[in-house]
Amino acid sequence: MTARQPARLLGKAAGRVATMGPGFGFLTVFMLVPLALVLSYTVFRRGRFGGVLYEPTGENFTRLADPLYLDVVIGSVKLAAITTLLALLLGYPTAYLIAKLPARWKVIALVAVVLPFWTNFLIRTYAWIVLLNSEGPVNSGLKALGLGPVELLYTDGAIVAGLLYAYLPLMILPLYSAVEKLDPELREASANLGARPARTFWSVTLPLSLPGVLTGCVFVFVPSLGNFVIPELLGGGRRIMVGNLIRDQFLKARDWPFGSVLALAVIAVLVLLLFAQAWAARRAGRGA
Amino acid sequence: MTLISIDGVSRRFGEVTALDSVSLDIRQGEFFALLGPSGCGKTTLLRILAGFEQPDTGSVRLDGADLLAIPAHRRPVNLMFQSYALFPHMSVEKNVAYGLERERLPRAEIRERVGAVLETVGLTAQARRRPHELSGGQRQRVALARAVVKRPRLLLLDEPLSALDKKVRSEMQLELKRLQHEVGITFVVVTHDQEEAMSLADRIAVMNGGRVEQVDAPADLYERPRTPFVAGFIGANNLFTGRVTEKGLEVDGLGLLPAPAGPVEGETAMLAVRPERIRLGPVTEDQGALRGRVVDVSFYGGVSHVALSLAGHDRNLLAATQGRARVETGAEVAVSWDAEDAALVPTGVSGDRRA
Repeated sequence: MTARQPARLLGKAAGRVATMGPGFGFLTVFMLVPLALVLSYTVFRRGRFGGVLYEPTGENFTRLADPLYLDVVIGSVKLAAITTLLALLLGYPTAYLIAKLPARWKVIALVAVVLPFWTNFLIRTYAWIVLLNSEGPVNSGLKALGLGPVELLYTDGAIVAGLLYAYLPLMILPLYSAVEKLDPELREASANLGARPARTFWSVTLPLSLPGVLTGCVFVFVPSLGNFVIPELLGGGRRIMVGNLIRDQFLKARDWPFGSVLALAVIAVLVLLLFAQAWAARRAGRGA
Repeated sequence: MTLISIDGVSRRFGEVTALDSVSLDIRQGEFFALLGPSGCGKTTLLRILAGFEQPDTGSVRLDGADLLAIPAHRRPVNLMFQSYALFPHMSVEKNVAYGLERERLPRAEIRERVGAVLETVGLTAQARRRPHELSGGQRQRVALARAVVKRPRLLLLDEPLSALDKKVRSEMQLELKRLQHEVGITFVVVTHDQEEAMSLADRIAVMNGGRVEQVDAPADLYERPRTPFVAGFIGANNLFTGRVTEKGLEVDGLGLLPAPAGPVEGETAMLAVRPERIRLGPVTEDQGALRGRVVDVSFYGGVSHVALSLAGHDRNLLAATQGRARVETGAEVAVSWDAEDAALVPTGVSGDRRA
């Protein structure tokens, strides 16, 4: 072994630290440490005006089983799931069509998909209040047709519409990239072997774009589940989602330990989901 | 018996004419090749037969029925893609069964036919593997099995051997021929590789610039090219352009060259002489004989190639002799060939009739 080798190894290690260090450092300080704090809060009693008393207890977890809170968690998962499903149903055809556009139009369509992000999220959400309220354009239209007015604002439907609107691009983009990657000859091969277009979609296009589907679903489900602004603005506070609950525990009820337990519950749901996604993506990707 | 009748088929892509009034008949049970350089339109023609493209004008009939009216997924035509286009998420047997499942055949029959075809191509042991677990040659055989198992009237093969290395290539070449014999399906292979076409096909259509130049058996194409393009494209050839006379071809700078009786006297024509038809001998006093200086000798084992420069001719002449060449670089030799061993091609007429 030459004397240069250890030096080179050292140089390599130094290079790695230099390139990966800042990112890891940032994540450690601003994610892992706070996460560890939240985790540790779950086993202590609440302080009177926020904070924690370092007296170990298990009651924060038993409280989670209280139907009052469990319903909030389940209801949130349900709304996030409905949003995700609708986003998938709307997003897939959109992504599919964009992927088939000529190159120039593709760019324009993709910019259009991302365009809403250029406007403030709150302003866009307020716009939905204007759209959906009892005097708004939607209800005026329905009235003119003799179908309304219908109560649109401050319903679960309004929350789903808001979440869907906010996160649909996060579904379209990964789907687009998955469909775009597909070899068009595979569709031709399927047709050549006697498959109608619908059969080709179910047997070839969809299974091969499954990794994109799963990524899109996670991208939409995760922020939908944790969102607390849209339920408040469009749900009118009638429907509490788990995001609202967590915020309230920390900022209003000043019960940090229970807020931490709720946060942990959300994290657990998401981790399970990510595992499922990784597993399915690996299965689907094994052949690709 | 004619299986496929292509009549006056044209296809343009914007400014590019991919196919220019192509007419061809493909017979039942034959091994047919579409041969030409890239961009000659052969792939477009193949895609029209498969149903992925529609021609702008012209008709394609299969057994006398209009093929163009049938959508791709209902045509009795299967294609082996150049990229193989195997479904990556399905096992070998699922890939092969896919086409039969679309015909809604009973499960037992599908299993039986898939098993049989996998045995034919020697992939029984790999039935449950995914395509990415196979070698290039194995993938190609899956692609072939997937197309053949449908028992199509017409099997299209797009550059079937191009992705394989040399050893597997010659194996597959034999296998393709054997298979074609066995199943009795009409094969149409598209290729830019003339050796592939010559060795596989019963008949070859040479295409150039969207037109069919000549359709003939491989040996006829080689010995009797009918257009300058074919003369230059198929095999090595020594080409001379000159004026047809009673005694041969009058070429500027070279004089009278031996040529078979051919087109109308006085017309311009191209003379094509194969390297192996050229005789080299000692220089004699005969003033009319062609003389050349040897510029290079390459020994290939079975044959030797001799390159000669001819005074008055801007391209080197190539001669091929059996075994070791008996001439040396720098030597002055007499060059001759028999008139009937050369081919005379009218230059006024080309497949594209524009030249």
